[in-house]
Amino acid sequence: MDMNRRQFFKACTAGLGGSSLALLGFSPQPVLAETREFKLSRATETRNTCPYCSVGCGILMYGLGDKAKNVAAEIIHIEGDPDHPVNRGTLCPKGAGLLDFVHSENRLKYPEYRGPGEKEWKRISWDEALTKVAKLMKADRDANFIAKTADGKTVNRWLTTGMLAASASSNEAGYITHKVVRPMGMLVFDNQARV
Amino acid sequence: MTNHWVDIKNADVVLIMGGNAAEAHPCGFKWVTEAKAHNKARLVVVDPRFTRSAAMADYYAPIRVGTDIAFLGGVINYLFTHDRIQHEYVRNYTNAPFVLTDKYSFDEGIFSGYNEAKRSYDPSSWGYEKDKEGYAVVDPTMENPRCVLQVMKKHYSRYTPEMVSKICGTPKEAFLKVCEHIASTSAPDRVMTIMYALGWTQHSQGSQMIRTGAIVQLLLGNIGLAGGGMNALRGHSNIQGLTDLGLLSNLLPGYLSLPRDAEQDYEKYIESRALKPLRPKQMSYWQNYPKFHVSLMKSWFGNAATKENNWAFDYLPKLDKLYDVLQAFEMMGQGKMNGYICQGFNPLASFPHKAKLIGGLSKLKFLVVMDPLATETSEFWKNFGPYNEVDTASIKTEVIRLPTTCFAEEDGSLTNSGRWLQWHWKGANPPGEARTDAEIMAEIYLRMKAMYARDGGAYPDPILNLTWTYRIPNNPSPEELAMEYNGKALADVMSPPDPKNPKAPPTVLVPAGQQLPSFAFLRDDGSTACGCWIYSGCWPQAGNLMARRDNSDPFGIGQTLNWAWAWPVNRRVLYNRASADPSGKPWNPRHKLIAWSGKAWAGSDIPDMRPDAAPDEHVGPFIMTAEGVARLFTPTGMAEGPLPEHYEPFESPVTANLMSPKNPKAFSNPAARVFKGDMEAFGKPKDFPYAATTYRLTEHFHFWTKHAELNAIIQPEQFVEIGEELAKEKGIANGDMVKVRSNRGEIKAKCVVTKRIKALDCNGTKVHHVGIPLHWGFKGVAKMGYLANTLTPFVGDANTQTPEYKAFIVNIEKA
Repeated sequence: MDMNRRQFFKACTAGLGGSSLALLGFSPQPVLAETREFKLSRATETRNTCPYCSVGCGILMYGLGDKAKNVAAEIIHIEGDPDHPVNRGTLCPKGAGLLDFVHSENRLKYPEYRGPGEKEWKRISWDEALTKVAKLMKADRDANFIAKTADGKTVNRWLTTGMLAASASSNEAGYITHKVVRPMGMLVFDNQARV
Repeated sequence: MTNHWVDIKNADVVLIMGGNAAEAHPCGFKWVTEAKAHNKARLVVVDPRFTRSAAMADYYAPIRVGTDIAFLGGVINYLFTHDRIQHEYVRNYTNAPFVLTDKYSFDEGIFSGYNEAKRSYDPSSWGYEKDKEGYAVVDPTMENPRCVLQVMKKHYSRYTPEMVSKICGTPKEAFLKVCEHIASTSAPDRVMTIMYALGWTQHSQGSQMIRTGAIVQLLLGNIGLAGGGMNALRGHSNIQGLTDLGLLSNLLPGYLSLPRDAEQDYEKYIESRALKPLRPKQMSYWQNYPKFHVSLMKSWFGNAATKENNWAFDYLPKLDKLYDVLQAFEMMGQGKMNGYICQGFNPLASFPHKAKLIGGLSKLKFLVVMDPLATETSEFWKNFGPYNEVDTASIKTEVIRLPTTCFAEEDGSLTNSGRWLQWHWKGANPPGEARTDAEIMAEIYLRMKAMYARDGGAYPDPILNLTWTYRIPNNPSPEELAMEYNGKALADVMSPPDPKNPKAPPTVLVPAGQQLPSFAFLRDDGSTACGCWIYSGCWPQAGNLMARRDNSDPFGIGQTLNWAWAWPVNRRVLYNRASADPSGKPWNPRHKLIAWSGKAWAGSDIPDMRPDAAPDEHVGPFIMTAEGVARLFTPTGMAEGPLPEHYEPFESPVTANLMSPKNPKAFSNPAARVFKGDMEAFGKPKDFPYAATTYRLTEHFHFWTKHAELNAIIQPEQFVEIGEELAKEKGIANGDMVKVRSNRGEIKAKCVVTKRIKALDCNGTKVHHVGIPLHWGFKGVAKMGYLANTLTPFVGDANTQTPEYKAFIVNIEKA
């Protein structure tokens, strides 16, 4: 019996139960082999690391789209990386929910501003936001920078603006953050390591 | 971690104390079950709660929160009184034989050198006796009453099993059973690993708790061996990386440190850090400090860092004190700060005493938040009813919120707890207009630089002279940044003179412009640049070693040397020279790390020793200390004393410290910093009779996963946990709403009545614990809840200023 998958299901819905058709020996080879297409078969696999705890489990992210130009990728599935020597393919209940972090409705999408006493956010452009931050920082640094102590010691520090850095950001982000912040003289500078 | 996750499978005994790996680090905990199944390991858990780690244990003992030093001090006493120490290891690899001066003393909980007014110590009386050449005096017989071993024996003789039981509430038999398991690893070929986490760090004496654990491990000879070590299970995915990169108030990359006000002279700054050996022939690796420091300054300031200007020494700020996060919020509250930038950090949820935090943030002129998610901190000014009762109109703080990418949307490396730098790849674009942290920092910097160039301002030199040679200046690539912290040769790096052939011309080791193979090639003459010396070697000329994915394990002990890259120099187990006896033979041949071949050190790991240092040269295995050996007793470096001593938490359910009952000064850590007003905000047990502790649930990761739907579904509503006996006393049934109060605030939550928390008998006082899981807040897709840090006290560890979340007191009643 030579029929493709579509014809096989047509035959089934025409009144013959699929199982009984198979029992009668009419089971077409391609039908048994091709039950349901695996959703990830055409997804693009990208290797990454779980951003939660410090075990550093390897993860596989599956995205729609082939990374061609003008094709926007979207992550549709995340699972443990079986090649990873520590997690060997497993994920915990935190890591198993990573997809919902990536697509959380609370992901921030645009720069926003809240003025003194105001009740709501206002969307602003990146240029406006970054210029505002740079101006606020420079004004505060220029007004409060301590070059020397009262007894004449050179200290070159700035204490009135502080920063907390992210310990889920990459080493590269952390490195450049330190490189930018410390030469300004900032000392009120920490990360989650102290928590 | 001194070791790494997979290595846990090599342990004979696993002690989990001050952590709960089964729930907080589940995929790492699998190596504990692997050790149990395939290495006949025994798991021992000591915790106030019967956690899921405890459920997997071969033996579990309860303990009152905040009393871990008393417990482990008792273990030390047990090891001495039962002579269960690894004698050869202790004699050769620790400072047990070092002789102290007669100025050292200890009385009623206070060490010599205490200044009560300043709440601090002058450590000068804690030093070693020195000989004529300036070396420390040692007594190999360890019989001198002033040698470290004898001083320790005396100090810990007070920690009897009876005393431990009275302080900790641990039944004496349970304590002795734990001691027996631990002591079994004093045999040279048996090894214990200690796994701890925030249950040890988050105390006013947290650093000393960890040190007590390390002392136990050293006495047993368990440091440096496969399956051994002190293994800090760090919280966040890259908290190790950010620490390594020095993003802390007082540090520079690679554990270099900022100068203090008194260090006006560059040579003195270097001299006090480039420690000379305290014993003959020792490596004292910090002697290379100037090479690391000059290379960092060349990396940051390029041609502006010259020998003439002391490598731009004045470009670095100097410290008058530590500006940690508690200090920052204290300053905000006093109106001494104007701006604060939170990059992927939610301090309103993560720091103690929420009311004080809101007060501080409300006094800022501006707050900048960079985050992938809408955090509580970014909306501290919004009123969320009982969860955040604020008067929005009166809060004048300007807030700028910038959307950032998350892990899935960027390339880069993260450093896990086992010190592995693992590269990851971008899978999709971020939502909306979100940008990477690196791009945002570059944009802010370039704008400020342009303004300083145009308008001038306060000390613009370091800003104008920062090296910035990135191909796309406003968006440096992760590859460029990684290559920068690895380091490169600015001029040809030449070989040092060969002592065997001093007349031979030097050869070029690394040609100018090439990536450096490791920190061994760094120079202090300005010919090398390196942004983080301990990371040097991750991206040599051959390329990105952090991206390696060969998981083969040729030695069968889980070393996987070709998977990613571990700092330092791809070494997987720190101090691995100590895995072999003084003659170079492995203590445990089954799990061999390195051995002396007759010519060199080699094995399944990168030797933590000069490769050709023959055993008869007696170079000690702890190459980072000036002693060459590990410090059981610390002559410098610890705020509250050279030996760990039990102090009560600042909020304790008991009224006396039984170790020094006659001295009220030694009730709590005498060297912990307490701000004015916060001492008064500590509660008293007559009003708040129950010990409390905060913790995470396995379904949640701090305050992030309440933004993820799946996690919000599986653990939907805020709750607290109490034991059945307390529930009966207070008339609380499982599922009732309760109010939990501390002297700083109140939360309401459902109550889970559980058999997992039992009342403890502490010297006749019945101590009940209240368990307070964190996670809930007023932002997210989960049901709203109260920030657990509404309740917690504003005091930190005396060394690190890590807040005391794990031990405080509350009252509880039916709502």
